[in-house]
Amino acid sequence: MTATVESAPYTVEEVCEHFDPVMGLEVHVELNTDTKMFCGCANAFGAEPNTNICPVCLGLPGALPRVNGTAVESAITIGLALNCQVRERSGFARKNYFYPDMPKNFQISQYEDPIVFDGYLDVPLDDGGTWRVEIERAHMEEDTGKSLHIGGATGRIHGADYSLLDYNRAGVPLIEIVTKPIVGAGVRAPEVARAYVTALRDVLRGLAVSDVRMDQGSMRCDANVSLKPKGTEEFGTRTETKNVNSLRSVERAVRYEMGRHAGVLLSGGTIRQETRHFDEQSGTTSAGRPKETFADYRFFPEPDLPPLEPSRDWVESLRAGLPERPWERRARIQTEWGLSDEELRDLVNAEALDLVADTVDAGAPPEAARSWWVSYLAQQANTAGVTLPELAITPVQVARVVALVGEGTLTNKLARQVVDGVLAGEGEPDEVVSGRGLAVVSDESALTTAVDEALAAQPDIAEKIRAGKTKAAGAIVGAVMKATRGQADAARVQELVLERCR
Amino acid sequence: MSDITRDDVAHLARLARLAVSDAELDMFSAQIDAIVDTVSKVGEIPDDVPPTAQVVPQTNVVRPDTVEPSLPRDVVLAAAPAAEEGRFRVPRILGEGA
Repeated sequence: MTATVESAPYTVEEVCEHFDPVMGLEVHVELNTDTKMFCGCANAFGAEPNTNICPVCLGLPGALPRVNGTAVESAITIGLALNCQVRERSGFARKNYFYPDMPKNFQISQYEDPIVFDGYLDVPLDDGGTWRVEIERAHMEEDTGKSLHIGGATGRIHGADYSLLDYNRAGVPLIEIVTKPIVGAGVRAPEVARAYVTALRDVLRGLAVSDVRMDQGSMRCDANVSLKPKGTEEFGTRTETKNVNSLRSVERAVRYEMGRHAGVLLSGGTIRQETRHFDEQSGTTSAGRPKETFADYRFFPEPDLPPLEPSRDWVESLRAGLPERPWERRARIQTEWGLSDEELRDLVNAEALDLVADTVDAGAPPEAARSWWVSYLAQQANTAGVTLPELAITPVQVARVVALVGEGTLTNKLARQVVDGVLAGEGEPDEVVSGRGLAVVSDESALTTAVDEALAAQPDIAEKIRAGKTKAAGAIVGAVMKATRGQADAARVQELVLERCR
Repeated sequence: MSDITRDDVAHLARLARLAVSDAELDMFSAQIDAIVDTVSKVGEIPDDVPPTAQVVPQTNVVRPDTVEPSLPRDVVLAAAPAAEEGRFRVPRILGEGA
């Protein structure tokens, strides 16, 4: 904790009376490849410490890095989704620094020739408008290891006695996406920052190249903020805020830094170029280490890795395979399915949109597909304490259940039992139907026999029906349903009862 | 002369985490100056010659995204100066002044 008392931050409205905010957002995304960027160690979250390490990611003498082809493909795909150009010849560079999170004492990154550059993302804003965020570049690099600081009061690096290192994450493929300076957003700067990171997350999720979990660190945002006095052109000194671990924190961190900068500048002070640490609890930032100057990293071309020259054909085939933008897809689905804004929002919030869409793709009518996921399956997920995507049933299986109901093999009640069976690991829907003997009894002769037996067992009721009291048929229908353990179509049984009593 | 100063050498030494004495600062600044002078001869090459970072004429050398066995943790940690709870133990990262 610093002893310096900082003046109360200004609101963004007050800030923008005097200054224009300038932002630069750097987003790091861990790819979900099976292996690391430069070696075949597993890329897995949550493994036992130091179980996914080898000579390459430990930087042992003589180890030779080899590039993960799938990671290159993901990097190009991300670039194309962000309307970037793909560099015809791109290479890796060593970024030299001494810090125990990288056992090699350098990080393999890209420097002058990032794989993709010069793009943009049209970001949807809360009011329905869009804001174009220009993309400077996206480059490939490797993630660092994880440190655990022991001793001292807080578990932070300050005051720690020593540190423990887990290198499972060292070498995990990382894409760093860097915006050009975002200027002109004014009081909306914090909102634009959050909207951009949200849109980027949705795009990357749609590409299925990353888990994009900010809470697990597979997506991380560093927010650079500076202020320039209104009417001037030269950017002010910037700070880079790290440890921004949620979409909401992106907005809060930018807002706080804008206010803090204004407080310092308006009282005649100067902003120090430095890294700041965002505190989720208080919503404030505190000073970290002063930023090393750029040249101190002594980048030089990585001698162990030959350059990449992605072929035109490859790039174009990746471009052709790009999915729809998530928000455009949502708008299309809303129209096609006739959903209200609220229904759509509920689907998105329950992580059900993709599941429903996939169920529809597998042949189910939209209303039936949606109904299954938002009601019965949502209840099951809730009871089991898991999210909908974690439920042990696939959209294809749900679509099959819907089809079985549609063709009359299952009633809705039986269908729920089939779903229970699938969730319990009893196999595909058809296997559960035969395994549990759940199919509707639609064999007419079997049903007719059951009806005749029921009529014979209750001759007085049969007599009433024959006398025209059709309401009495309910008792016979009930008996037949009981005899068939609920697997008959009650409406058809009713018809048969009346037929047999003519 | 490329004018490598004692301050430049002190800066480099700090980045490389090397302790360098006053006498060594003098010696190394003269030596590095001579080295940089020699290397600067590449500046005489005409501009139409592309820079060469790779001498092996290869491109697009990639491997499939297939998991290969990692090292046994016991073996790796046995080679470390210190280990604790399955992790490498390193001395305090920030110095007294930090």
